[in-house]
Amino acid sequence: MQQNLNEITFLFSELEKLERVRDISPDDIFSNSSIAFLSALSSELIKSPGTKQFSDVATFAFFCRKANLFALKKKYTEESIRLGRGVIFHVAPSNVPVNFGYSMVAGILSGNVNIVRVPSKSFEQVEIICNAIKKVASKPEFNEIEDRLFLIKYDRQSGATNFLSSLCDVRVIWGGDDTIAQIRKFAIPARAYDVTFADRYSFAAINADKLVKEQNIDKVAEHFYNDTYLFDQNACSAPHLVIWTGKMDNIKNAKDLFWNAIQLKIKEYELSPKITVDKLVSLYMQSQDNVDIIRELPTDNKLWRIKVSQLSADIDQYRCAGGYFLEYDATSLTELKTIVNRKYQTMAYYGYDKDDLINFVKEMRFNGIDRIVPIGKTTDFNLIWDGYDLINVLSRECMVL
Amino acid sequence: MNNVVNLEELLLIEPYSLAKVKKEEMLSSELKELTKWHYKKSEKYKKMMDAIGLEIDNISNYIDLPFLPVRMFKELELLSVPKEDIVKTMTSSGTSGQQVSKIFLDRETSAYQTKVLTKIVASFLGKKRLPMLILDSASVIKDRAMFSARGAGILGFSMFGSKRLYALDENMQLDIENIKSFLEEHKGETIFMFGFTFMVWQHFFKELLKSGYKPDLSNGVLIHGGGWKKLQSESVSSVEFKAKLHDICGINVSHIHDYYGMVEQTGTIYMECEYGHLHASVFSDIIVRRPIDFSVADFGEKGIIEVVSLLPKSYPGHALLTEDEGVVIGEDDCPCGRLGKYFNVIGRIKNAEIRGCSDTYATKFK
Repeated sequence: MQQNLNEITFLFSELEKLERVRDISPDDIFSNSSIAFLSALSSELIKSPGTKQFSDVATFAFFCRKANLFALKKKYTEESIRLGRGVIFHVAPSNVPVNFGYSMVAGILSGNVNIVRVPSKSFEQVEIICNAIKKVASKPEFNEIEDRLFLIKYDRQSGATNFLSSLCDVRVIWGGDDTIAQIRKFAIPARAYDVTFADRYSFAAINADKLVKEQNIDKVAEHFYNDTYLFDQNACSAPHLVIWTGKMDNIKNAKDLFWNAIQLKIKEYELSPKITVDKLVSLYMQSQDNVDIIRELPTDNKLWRIKVSQLSADIDQYRCAGGYFLEYDATSLTELKTIVNRKYQTMAYYGYDKDDLINFVKEMRFNGIDRIVPIGKTTDFNLIWDGYDLINVLSRECMVL
Repeated sequence: MNNVVNLEELLLIEPYSLAKVKKEEMLSSELKELTKWHYKKSEKYKKMMDAIGLEIDNISNYIDLPFLPVRMFKELELLSVPKEDIVKTMTSSGTSGQQVSKIFLDRETSAYQTKVLTKIVASFLGKKRLPMLILDSASVIKDRAMFSARGAGILGFSMFGSKRLYALDENMQLDIENIKSFLEEHKGETIFMFGFTFMVWQHFFKELLKSGYKPDLSNGVLIHGGGWKKLQSESVSSVEFKAKLHDICGINVSHIHDYYGMVEQTGTIYMECEYGHLHASVFSDIIVRRPIDFSVADFGEKGIIEVVSLLPKSYPGHALLTEDEGVVIGEDDCPCGRLGKYFNVIGRIKNAEIRGCSDTYATKFK
């Protein structure tokens, strides 16, 4: 066992403390000390010069500010007793720099000791957050945090995953289907369980009748850009399919308006040459399906739009990163019935009434779709993610009758 | 089957004898016919072309013809003749676990591949067969049912050899004793050497260096291909490769010819001239495209390599987008005197480092 541990690099805390994690008491959910620590981290990050450079770090700092944490706390009842489940082992995705931070925050707010495997690739954002944590933890009032938080890196081939799995009460696995399958080879204790974030599929729905009246189309385009291109259209919440509803001539006009604005916005997007080839492979593979498709004549390879003549059940197979969008003109959103399956995560929308959407979901009772959010909000972190309430799933309720 | 492309006429002229205007005219008309042929004969190809809205009658120049990514031959079985006409299936040399390309050849396409290869190589080696030293092991061609790219290359080039010797034994060890007697037997003759670039370096040059044996190959001509990826990781340049080989066996550096080619377009290879440039023959061409919009790059400008060839008729591989980066240096004016485009290959397109939640993108799209 010892040799496994030597292969772990500690970005925060140390080996000696890691060996004692199972003896540490859990905290209440949203405990005062957790909120104090995270809000101190927020202040520290806002002060640190690196934060200005990275909007994702700034957003993270903003999420951790005291007012937000108290607002979140309100949603959880204070009548019951909820405590952390104990030790959470987080496996963060390797190519989203700040995701590990949100996973950690959910683990802290739910009252746990957290062991977080940060991305294997080196990101400046990870460094900035780790440095801020160290700085905050060096203050005497936060010296306990070193017993409760571990930020680590290790080679995937090492035995560390096996060891850390044997220690934990909940294992949180990000990074998609393959990573989940890899990590699941290692046993966890009998009462422990996995919270997994698998590969998901997301789409957008736009009400053309509303969009044609939009005064600020550039803003809508910017929001859509942030949902898609900002993460190379490869985040699980990034739309790959755009469903249009509305009057026929409005749909036509709305598409022109929308995509012209996107075309302007993506001037800043850097397209990898490899992705251009991937797009062509994706298109030709999709053409083999029995649904007629036609690619709209592209201005360049940054934006490809493929019009599909019908929604086939396997439409989620045909996707490509970096600006590859399927489009479908629907008579109504109820047509989604033919495609939505368990893989569906986020529906980004524009121009629909929230109450109508709530009724729609209740009526349709889909197997998928965990989030319905306005365009521009798909990547916003929320303690409800992928259909899990992270606070509840990472804590336990003690019942006293 | 009537001839879609008039290859017989082209086989009568010299392989580097068409200047820009004539070649462009010829390629445009012939490749357009091939596109129509495959559209008619391959349902899968037709679906692809319909998806991009191809209107073939509106296309006049071959640079505007659609191209398939070479990866399509890994994903799909693509052929434009009845399956019973297939006489040979070529596969790419994928490492284990990776999907391999499958290229289906009928008698006609296969025969033209051989004829064209002969024509191109003969312009470097001469028409006479030569004693041939194969810088590889005989074991790579043992399984003749499925042709690997390495095996196919060796077999393809073997027809230029009168007497042949594999320089490596089954264990990839240099067979010095047999090489000595082979060279003794053919003293004074031109020796044709063939091998894959990395094998030449790893198992021929390095082993010679180790053994201290310096064969006299001052009369030798070396043709090698297969790419520089492994040598780049050892920081061996083309110039160094040639110089070191000259040092160890006396071969004239201008008699060392790299070639660029792929199993998806066997036959129409691109040979390196004595000035270090790869040349397109009359049977094929290279187009370097800008990744941003697939427009044609200027001379000297880096981009993705497309290769077009007049040979693929039994499968829709006449216009292919590779995953290699390259640069066209010029056309018709290489100091070596060969007409047509000349170019350099830079290497594979870099794997995309993209963002996103799933860790698997890179492995999925290798």
